[in-house]
Amino acid sequence: MSLPLSSQLLNLLAAVLLLLSFAMLAQRRLLSLVSLFAMQGFALCLATLLVALTSTQTHLFYSAALTLVLKVIVLPYFLYRMIHKLEVLWDVETLLNIPMIMLLGIVLVVIAFNLAVPISQLSSTITRSMLGIALASVLLSFLMMITRRKAIPQVIGFLAMENGLFFAAISATYGMPMIIELGIALDVLVGVLILGVFFFQIREQFDSLDLEHLEKLRDE
Amino acid sequence: MTWIGALSQLIQLAVAVLLAPLLLGWVNQCRAWLQNKRAPSLAQPYRMIRKLFLKEPVIAHNASPIFRLTPYIVFGAMALAAAIVPSLATDLPFATAADAIALVGIFALARIFIALAAMDIGTAFGSLGARREMLIGFLAEPALLMVFFTASLISQSTSLVTIVETLAHREFVIYPSLAFAGIAFTMVSLAENARVPVDNPATHLELTMIHEAMILEYSGRHLALIEWASSLKLFNYSCLGLALFFPWGIVEGAHDVVGLLWAIPVLVGKLALGGFLLALIETMSAKLRIFRAPEFLGTAFLLGVLGMLVHQLLGA
Amino acid sequence: MEFLAEQPWMGLFTNLPANLSLGLVVAAVSAWLAIGAVGASFPENLTLVRRLFPIGALVGLGLAIVGITAIHGPTQATVLPLGLPDLPFHLRLDALSAFFLVLLGAATAGISVFAAGYFRAGQGTAPGLLCLQYHVFLASMAMVLLADDAYLFMVSWETMALSSFFLVTTEHRIGEIRRAGFLYLLIAHVGAIAILLCFGVLQGGTGDYSFDGMRTAKLQGFWPTAGFFLALFGFGAKAGMLPLHVWLPEAHPAAPSPVSALMSGVMLKTAIYGLLRVSFDLLQVEVWWWGVAALGLGLFTALYGVIFATVQTDMKRLLAYSSIENIGLILAGFGLALVFRAFQMPQLAALALAATLYHCLNHAMFKSLLFLATGSVLHATRERSLGKLGGLIHRMPWVAWLALIGTLAIAGVPPLNGFVSEWLLLQAFLFTSELPQGFINMLIPIAAASLALTAALAGYTIVKFYGVIFLGQAREPALAQAHDAGVRERIGLVWLALWCVLLGLFPVVVLDLLDPVNEMLVGRGLGATTRDWLFLAPIDANRASFSPLITLAGIAVTVLGTIFLVHRLYHHRLRRGPPWDCGFPLQTPRMQDSAEGFGQPIRQIFEVFFRITRTLPTPFDKAPRYAVKVEDQLWYGLYLPMTKAVEFFTWLVGFLQQGRISVYLAYSFFTLLALLLFVR
Repeated sequence: MSLPLSSQLLNLLAAVLLLLSFAMLAQRRLLSLVSLFAMQGFALCLATLLVALTSTQTHLFYSAALTLVLKVIVLPYFLYRMIHKLEVLWDVETLLNIPMIMLLGIVLVVIAFNLAVPISQLSSTITRSMLGIALASVLLSFLMMITRRKAIPQVIGFLAMENGLFFAAISATYGMPMIIELGIALDVLVGVLILGVFFFQIREQFDSLDLEHLEKLRDE
Repeated sequence: MTWIGALSQLIQLAVAVLLAPLLLGWVNQCRAWLQNKRAPSLAQPYRMIRKLFLKEPVIAHNASPIFRLTPYIVFGAMALAAAIVPSLATDLPFATAADAIALVGIFALARIFIALAAMDIGTAFGSLGARREMLIGFLAEPALLMVFFTASLISQSTSLVTIVETLAHREFVIYPSLAFAGIAFTMVSLAENARVPVDNPATHLELTMIHEAMILEYSGRHLALIEWASSLKLFNYSCLGLALFFPWGIVEGAHDVVGLLWAIPVLVGKLALGGFLLALIETMSAKLRIFRAPEFLGTAFLLGVLGMLVHQLLGA
Repeated sequence: MEFLAEQPWMGLFTNLPANLSLGLVVAAVSAWLAIGAVGASFPENLTLVRRLFPIGALVGLGLAIVGITAIHGPTQATVLPLGLPDLPFHLRLDALSAFFLVLLGAATAGISVFAAGYFRAGQGTAPGLLCLQYHVFLASMAMVLLADDAYLFMVSWETMALSSFFLVTTEHRIGEIRRAGFLYLLIAHVGAIAILLCFGVLQGGTGDYSFDGMRTAKLQGFWPTAGFFLALFGFGAKAGMLPLHVWLPEAHPAAPSPVSALMSGVMLKTAIYGLLRVSFDLLQVEVWWWGVAALGLGLFTALYGVIFATVQTDMKRLLAYSSIENIGLILAGFGLALVFRAFQMPQLAALALAATLYHCLNHAMFKSLLFLATGSVLHATRERSLGKLGGLIHRMPWVAWLALIGTLAIAGVPPLNGFVSEWLLLQAFLFTSELPQGFINMLIPIAAASLALTAALAGYTIVKFYGVIFLGQAREPALAQAHDAGVRERIGLVWLALWCVLLGLFPVVVLDLLDPVNEMLVGRGLGATTRDWLFLAPIDANRASFSPLITLAGIAVTVLGTIFLVHRLYHHRLRRGPPWDCGFPLQTPRMQDSAEGFGQPIRQIFEVFFRITRTLPTPFDKAPRYAVKVEDQLWYGLYLPMTKAVEFFTWLVGFLQQGRISVYLAYSFFTLLALLLFVR
């Protein structure tokens, strides 16, 4: 029971991360989805900072700062603007009903936890029990992408998935090398910008962001 | 059983029964302030109960004895629950007779009787209320159980007294699983006490009613007992939440009368804060459509399950 | 005399003191058969039959008493001279059989008294024949519990299936009932084949089909698993495990109510007995994932059953689905016990097993009680559909108040019996965090959650059941003629309700009774912590304790105290008036929630489970009609395709049919030739 305080706090942050993933899964409103995403980024930033403090790996401080800037401020703001411009504030209809999605989510969590057990035994960092949670939030974000009809929540799901991966990297190996991290950050930023352009084009074409319309594009 | 144990049992029961309407009054007052309305007096619930007791009850021609018995059973069950939940002390002789699962069972007893009574007259609103109450109940009950299970996995016991003693006596350890359980518990309490996102205690629109629809046919002393019982239920849930998540200040083990008397102001203080938070939540959220309620409670239920899962993974 | 003593079967009589209980049980079985024979000799004599049933009930009572004494006694075994040459019947009475005999006897005592008042001369089977079938059914169930070799077991098992088939089709002039009976017989036989194969596997190539032989047979490799799953399939078919449950909701409504009670309350338990016998006694192999499979299947069965129960509109179908749910819970407990045993945790295995057995006993009592209550309602109103009942508490107070006890018991409310077994089961689940296997640890929260959800949904179902039948206003004017149950029916109901209360109030006594069974099956009882008669505290009193008597006292004191104080301090005037209902003046009974209406939220939430066909009115209909039909997905997804496949194969076989005798002779000739070549 006497884990050091930093580990306890990390455990708590991991749980918060998982909680936020579930909240995103259940959230219908787009703007709330964005703020949940920002909160997830903030939790991630805190977790990185904590690991940086305990492990004295300096590059983790940089990635914490990067997370803060990119995932808590820039991307949510950008998404927020986009939602207002595209006027898609309304509720998102999911493909399955929410309790059913949550149930699937629980199943995913169990699978992820079990997958993570052998891997985390290999790892020797203080954060190894969190790998399961990281994996679970990756899978949950994936599930969210699958079950949504609209394009914007899918993008948010994609970004949340990246959050989960980042958390997995911190918990397993104290983060990725700085250069890879920067690369990913740039990729994400550019990817979202391009997707934003696409959204406007899709809406021009179909008068809606509902991805059902894209089904017409297949070859018949 | 020591005499002091019996005494704390009695004092706790008396405090619960007597203070419950006060808590309700306090929540109503906070809510009014937060909504920029003029608040009713703190004693308003007492006045209402007194008025109802003095009135002559009118019951339908075809009311069966179940209908007349139900207010007493509901009140009795809630009073019994107040004796089990450790709100002032943990040296409760009665708490060994009924653990957390039994507490859920006692709540279920009250729910089943009030639903049956609502169906007894055979009116449209009564059966509508009964159906909705059971709808809320079938999700809230397992969610509450999951919350208890999370706590009892930590303390290795389903006895509420042991849970409180373990949680209050730990060195400072953060339990992430309790965070999940806490959110789930808050959601369940809102639903079970007919508070805002699920039900509106102040509504006058029959079609949106849940709890109120069930008790439409009650009047006089029967209604007084039911109102008192529902304030007692709110009190019990608040004390449960405090016992599970903020157990500090509850007198433990062998103690003296002074300690017991000290516990009362601590409890009142904690309840005042809790009541204010409840009013805050109610003010900030809008009532859900009835078919969003299962979603709300389903989320609570799954959060409870997740709490247990996280406990298994992190061991905390 | 010396010559006689050498015969093995004389053991029954010469060792009388040692084998007294076994002899008494055999005597009880013979008594039942004799009663049946007397009844059958006067097929049309209803008054005689009505006298015979209470005698059968007394026999049942005796059986229960013998069973209680035999649980603590030593194991008794003997060989009967009946059967085929060189293949005599082996009998054995051990703690497990004795426990189930108590269940059989105690439930039967109530059901038979009720049946004495229930059966009338009707269109169906003559009363005397019914008496024969009924008592043969009872006797065969007792023999299933006593059998100590596969041969006698299968003979009794099939007798049980056949006699119950005839009982189900009592009203055989109705086509629907014949169809239900056929479905029951079909699934019963598919199950029986699996059980037969299971015994074939268990004897392990020794050719010794006595259970003693199976206990010592050493099974290798894949065979124990095959044996276990054959048993799970075979006994599961009888118990109503998913996906073999389809016969239950058809057969229970078709059968007369005492028969439904007997089938649901007792016969399903013989399947559980068989499962326990095979997996804990005969199979000496312990594999943990068998338990996980049984646990998963059980929980799914429970959830499926209860969800379907909530949307039923026929009161007996509702109870039938609720039986499926309870069997699911029992299977879950059974699976948990297997898991604990495989991980060498005998005390926890004993806890799970005790919960399982306790629930068997409880379900026998409250489900029989409710089925009998529906029988009384059916007699009084000739109506089975919930949509046409209502307000019967005013017309049938006896039935209504006794059914309320059953209702509260099945809802799992303290301090009645349903709560105790649920409590034990939940406690057993909470201990699973001590299992060394991480994977199961993760599954347990989900299992506990679905258990809790099932229990809560059972409450929903039963409020609907009770509220729609007994409360509210009568939905049909004809209900005003309804009459309360007769004296004999009341005695039967009171007997079962009494058990519901006593089993709830004195769990420690019951657990003491279960301890020899635990010791026999998992090698250890629950131990000394349960010896305090007032407190139920399995494993460790610090962990959990529960005292139903004190809880009842608490409820009684608070409720009576409230009544006393209120009436003392204030007035107790009361005025009757018309119902208020928010001032709506035009109230008709049809404005109450119907059974469909009450189940509607569940139908919407769990839509994926159902196959729903709705007929909605258009706005222009002169006489708008709304109809909704809820069916089993599995019926369409599993059974109909299977029927199609069978039909297709039989169609293929049809090609063999040429109509010319020489072709048929050629078939035989070539078969003979092939066989000769094969065995060469």
